[in-house]
Amino acid sequence: MNETARWRAEVFVSLRPGVNDPQGLAVRDGLRRLGYQEVEEVRVGRYVQVWLQAPDVQTAERRIAAMCEQLLANPVVESYRFVIEPAESQ
Amino acid sequence: MRFGIITFPGSNGDHDALMAVRLGLGQPAELVWHTETDLSNYDCIIIPGGFSYGDYLRAGAIARFAPVMQAVAREAEAGKPILGICNGFQILTEAQLLPGALLRNASLEFVCDWVWVRVEQTHTPWTSQLARGARLRLPIAHGEGRYFVDEKTLGELERAGQIVFRYVDAEGNATPEANPNGSIANIAGVCNGRGNVVGLMPHPERAFDRLIGGDDGLWILASVLAVGLEVVRGRGGN
Repeated sequence: MNETARWRAEVFVSLRPGVNDPQGLAVRDGLRRLGYQEVEEVRVGRYVQVWLQAPDVQTAERRIAAMCEQLLANPVVESYRFVIEPAESQ
Repeated sequence: MRFGIITFPGSNGDHDALMAVRLGLGQPAELVWHTETDLSNYDCIIIPGGFSYGDYLRAGAIARFAPVMQAVAREAEAGKPILGICNGFQILTEAQLLPGALLRNASLEFVCDWVWVRVEQTHTPWTSQLARGARLRLPIAHGEGRYFVDEKTLGELERAGQIVFRYVDAEGNATPEANPNGSIANIAGVCNGRGNVVGLMPHPERAFDRLIGGDDGLWILASVLAVGLEVVRGRGGN
């Protein structure tokens, strides 16, 4: 019984709070110049989608967390979160 | 003293380093392809600048998994002198052989310029022939050179003597104006706890002869040579 399913993970990587984000500042200023005066803060991050095989969602979560720690994010300066949902099989 | 210079797909400072060692120091040097797994033939290792693996994901993030990096980690552990220049510095931080991380320049612009750096530590093999406080004029060329560590780690690095180079003005003062990329505490280069692994954003290998704009970089390469010769003498070799 080695049944696996296909999952899609959406991973959001962002600079940790307190780490200066010059890209975010530049985008914030751009938005304000366009007239969006209500903009208080912008932080720019990275969005990664991963399709993977796993027997259950818990396993998929564990594997994705490990991938984030090892490669997708740099834990020194970045934090991450992800959502996982069933994906249609190919 | 035999220098090994690692070439990743996308390295572009490898030949500069090769020329600097051969012509500037008169020492043997070889390029080592990133698939190699044994670096025991070399007395010291240079990880050169460039855009390894296109800087995909983060600068240095993919290069860190190249087969040769396990050998680099082994040699670092064994105490062999290792120098990471620019992208090489980024790779060494991604591999956690050096503390901190290198982020997008505060200006968001690629900077290509000559800067002054001040030597803060002389206990590393790459600064052994320099005086503390000495100023070097070196070229920089990077888009992601903003050194970052959290405040706590910064204090630890300071106390442990791991901050090796700082960006300064012509008078030797670490002013905000002299900081080309927004690095925390004007840090241009750091070392590991033991001191044998050093990384810096400026390019010493592009400053080994007055003909190319300056030769201050030669001091860094010559420092490791002096240490290497002492080791050889200590072993009772020639």
